[in-house]
Amino acid sequence: MRLARAALVWIALATAVCVPIVLAATSPQLAWRGPVYILAGFSGIVALGLMLVQPLLIAGYLPGLSAFRGRRVHHWIGGALVAAIVIHVAGLWITSPPDMIDALLYVSPTPFSPWGVTAMWAIFAVALLAIFRRRLRLRTWRIAHMLLAIIIVAGSVVHAILIEGTMETVSKVALCVLVLAAAIKVLANLWARIKRGSLRGEITARQ
Amino acid sequence: MTTAALNRRHLLAAGGLIMAARASGLLLPARAEGFAPTESMTGGSNNYRKGAAIVDRIGKGGFWMSGTVRRAGDGAPLAGQRIQIWAHTVEGQEHEPQSHGATLTDENGAFRLEMPQIIPIFGQPHGHLAYDSGEFKTVFLRPVMRSAKETSLQAHFVLQSA
Repeated sequence: MRLARAALVWIALATAVCVPIVLAATSPQLAWRGPVYILAGFSGIVALGLMLVQPLLIAGYLPGLSAFRGRRVHHWIGGALVAAIVIHVAGLWITSPPDMIDALLYVSPTPFSPWGVTAMWAIFAVALLAIFRRRLRLRTWRIAHMLLAIIIVAGSVVHAILIEGTMETVSKVALCVLVLAAAIKVLANLWARIKRGSLRGEITARQ
Repeated sequence: MTTAALNRRHLLAAGGLIMAARASGLLLPARAEGFAPTESMTGGSNNYRKGAAIVDRIGKGGFWMSGTVRRAGDGAPLAGQRIQIWAHTVEGQEHEPQSHGATLTDENGAFRLEMPQIIPIFGQPHGHLAYDSGEFKTVFLRPVMRSAKETSLQAHFVLQSA
């Protein structure tokens, strides 16, 4: 029974992440795009999918992964997110330099660009903080990561929703809703624990 | 009494009409004065290639870009003005030469150029237009289609002297 439940959770997660990617891969728009532009677009979609995995990993919602391993994988996927965003931005820059420069300078005519660029900086900030994490107080790190996570998730979801591109609408909205729901659930739980002050003791005890 | 009342009403109505006509008569030149010059849109000049050739049609066509060119102030239509048009279409990316072309406005200041179907690029289905011939101040426009399925797009220029 537990095994069946575990299998279901993983199948549901794989479906939520993979279906939007597969449907985007069948988009007629791809016929009129170069390989670099296609790669850039898909690394954006993959990044959105990884954003669903991240809170589930850190909260220990994924069966079969110990808390320790869940956190390790969360770190690796965090690194993968940074790489995906770098490929996304670099690929779009190569495809149309003036449009990418406008976006990065926050003067783009497209309403979704500032949301994506802001989320990008927040992802870079988390990565940078994560590298120097040991120099931070645990509470400082947790709160900084949570605030940046809110910016990342909100920015990315609005960015994705407003774009008219290769993603199929229903699967895109579904993935965005799941990303939002997972982030809200995990952040709310974490916030409640931080407020109670129990998190610190718990972590110290575990270490 | 009734007729008198009616007459008075008619008189009032007629008076009102004259007033309205006068008001609109006064308004007309005022409106003409009010043709404000079109400002360039952000991102309008992206992937611009100066000096695109005047063509009967860009590529194989199937999509219509149209609009008008007027003079700032009095709004007079400007004939023979060269408008350059480019977009990411089914036949090429925005920066590629085959995606660019130019046309001239007719005696009514209108232009219309057939081009390949525009498709979404950078998240929005949009076209680019430029007036860049020197006589008037350069203007770059970047209109967005309401839907990627539309097969036409319009953009209007009000130009001021350079």
